[in-house]
Formats: sequence, structure tokens, C-alpha cells
Amino acid sequence: MYGKSLAFIALALTLNLASAQAAEHYVIDTKGMHAFITFRIQHLGFSWLEGRFNRFRGEFDYDEENPSANRVEVEIDVASLDTNHAERDKHLRSARFFDVKRYPKATFVSKRWEEHDDGTATLRGTFTLRGVSREIEIAVTPVGGGKDPWGGFRRGFEGRTVLDLPDYRMKEAKILGPAAEKVHIWLSIEGVRKP
Amino acid sequence: MIQTPLHNDPRRYGLVARLFHWSMAPLVLVLFLLGLYMVTLDYTHPWYQSAPELHRSLGVLTGLLLVPRWLWRQLDPLPAIEGRRRERVVALSTHRLLYLLLALTVTSGYLIATADGRPLALFDLLEIPALPVTLENQEEPAGSVHRWAAYTLAALSVLHALAALKHHFIDRDATLRRMLGTPPRHLSTRQEPTTSEE
Repeated sequence: MYGKSLAFIALALTLNLASAQAAEHYVIDTKGMHAFITFRIQHLGFSWLEGRFNRFRGEFDYDEENPSANRVEVEIDVASLDTNHAERDKHLRSARFFDVKRYPKATFVSKRWEEHDDGTATLRGTFTLRGVSREIEIAVTPVGGGKDPWGGFRRGFEGRTVLDLPDYRMKEAKILGPAAEKVHIWLSIEGVRKP
Repeated sequence: MIQTPLHNDPRRYGLVARLFHWSMAPLVLVLFLLGLYMVTLDYTHPWYQSAPELHRSLGVLTGLLLVPRWLWRQLDPLPAIEGRRRERVVALSTHRLLYLLLALTVTSGYLIATADGRPLALFDLLEIPALPVTLENQEEPAGSVHRWAAYTLAALSVLHALAALKHHFIDRDATLRRMLGTPPRHLSTRQEPTTSEE
């Protein structure tokens, strides 16, 4: 009886350990740049303007068995924004918009991962931009995962969300007109598993 | 103004130097004021696009004039600067500094406008290619240099103009007239009685 309960504890410990190990740790592949943080915003309501942040880093934990334990953290170098027009980028980096001298970093720290039946997920977390922290939701679709040809293991997702510029005290953003208040974010995130 | 020699002589500037000077003086003035003005324009202002375009084109024109002007200055001996020794040193240093600041302002402006690796246009006439290598976000340091070089250039130009007026109206020497190309004082109608005996 005593032996049985000891065996049970041992089993429970093993299972517990196993589940702790099941959360895989990934580093976002910003070295080989298989990750993109892009934004789209309307120009006068006539067309889409696309840009991206060229420098960021981040990591995530992924647990197939217990997805609610999934966790993501990303830090963006805001000054690396790139809309393929230097004078516009300079304007966007200025105090009128992103004010990168005062707020060089933007961050996202996840709080909750809700897995849906169709395999997609909603990732909730705190996004901080221009010193303003807001709870946001990112719609996540897994793209794929598995062994890569170079001996590693990778996993990738895409994510979408829409941000309201006035939320981030980007007051000057209103000079761009009402069509440009919403920024559509598209993320492609590939992580390389770490042992 | 019967004779308009191309070259400088010891008493006045030649036609080439005067044309360079008087074409660039209004250009620099317009560029400075236009630069100050255009950055205040609202996104929906009708000139929001055209004011910077004009500024860029006039800047290219200034750069294209600056190079031959500087070469001409090296090749054609300058008239002697009038005034006391200290004034002459200050005047010559100011002139050299003006050239340096013009070069800095034009170059930094070029580096802002070509930071994407795309060429810079002189209206529809000409395109100045970007450098084959661009730094990441080079428009930021280039922008700072452009702003401070332009402010210093403007301040020094005011000093330069005030000094010319001081020479003309207070010292009553030929400093301004020899750049205007007007005849030396002893031939002019505004001559003073005492100088006619020379």
C-alpha cells in the first residue's frame, strides 16, 4: 500500500515533469529573418501604405498539450520602421508620431492564449507603444512546424490585429485623416526551438 | 559698366565671380526661408508636396553652382580685401566658412533626399544619382547637420551682408561696389570733392 502510493507519487512527479518539459521554448528567428512585423495604413482612403519594423527580437513557449501555457514576448526597435521612403520614415520617427527618442522600444507581453476548435487561437497581451500600454488581441493561425533541413526544429505562426492610433496618443496621426486611424498589423513569426 | 571683364582685377570682382555671387545669394535666401516654412506645413496643405520639391530642386541648383564657383575662386586671384588687418582676417575667414557651410548644407540635403538610394531631381531636367552606399537611417544625422549648417549659414550671411553695408556706408570704401560691378568711386557721379584731386 505504502509502496503503491510511493509509485503513484513517482508517476505523478514524472508526469508533472513531462508536462513541464512539453512546453517548448523558441527564439524568434530574427537572425535568419524568418519573421516579419508589418503594418498597413490607408493613404487618404485611396490606397494602402505598407511598412515594417526591421529590428526586433522575441521568444515564445509553445505547449501542444496545454496551449493555455503558451507565452510570447517581443521587443521592437521602433526607430527601425521602414516604409521605403526616408523622408517619411524620418517624419514618422519624430515627436509628431512615434517619438522614438523618448520611446525607443515597443513591447508585447502575452497574458493568455485561447485555443479554438479549428486550430486557430486568440492571443491576448499587453502592447506598449509610446509609453502607452493597452490590452490587445491577436488572431493567431499556426502555419507549420517540424524539423528543418539543418538539424533544428522550427514552428511558425501568422498573426493579425488592428490598432487604433489615437489610443497611443499619436495625436498628429489625425492630420492623416480618418481613414488612417486604424493600423492593420500582420505578423509572421518563426521560432527556432532551444533545448 | 562699359567694360565688364570676366576676370577679377585687384580692385573689383569680374563678371564670372559677380554672376556666381548674385545668383547664389537669392537662391540661398529663398532656400532658407522655404526650408523653414515647408516643415511647418500641414499634411493637407496644397503646398505640402510642392514646397519640398522646389526646395530640393533649388538645392541641387545651388550645389551645381557651388562647385564651379569654388573652382573659379581657386583659379582667379581675388581682389584685395579692404579694411584693417583684423577686418581682413575676419572677412576672409567668413568667406571661407560660408563656402564650407554651403558645401555642408548642400551635401547633407543631398544625403537626406537620397537616403533610400533613389536619385534626386533638378525639376524635370536632371537626376542626381544616390551614392552607391547608404547608411541605415542616414536621413537622421544628415537632417541634424542640414539644420545646424543652414542656421549657421543664415547667421553668417547676415553678418556678411551687414559688413558689406558697413563698408559701403560707414567706411565708404569700394567693398560693396566692386561686387556690384559699379565703377570705382573716382569715376562715379556720387564722388566726394576731396577724392577728385587724386
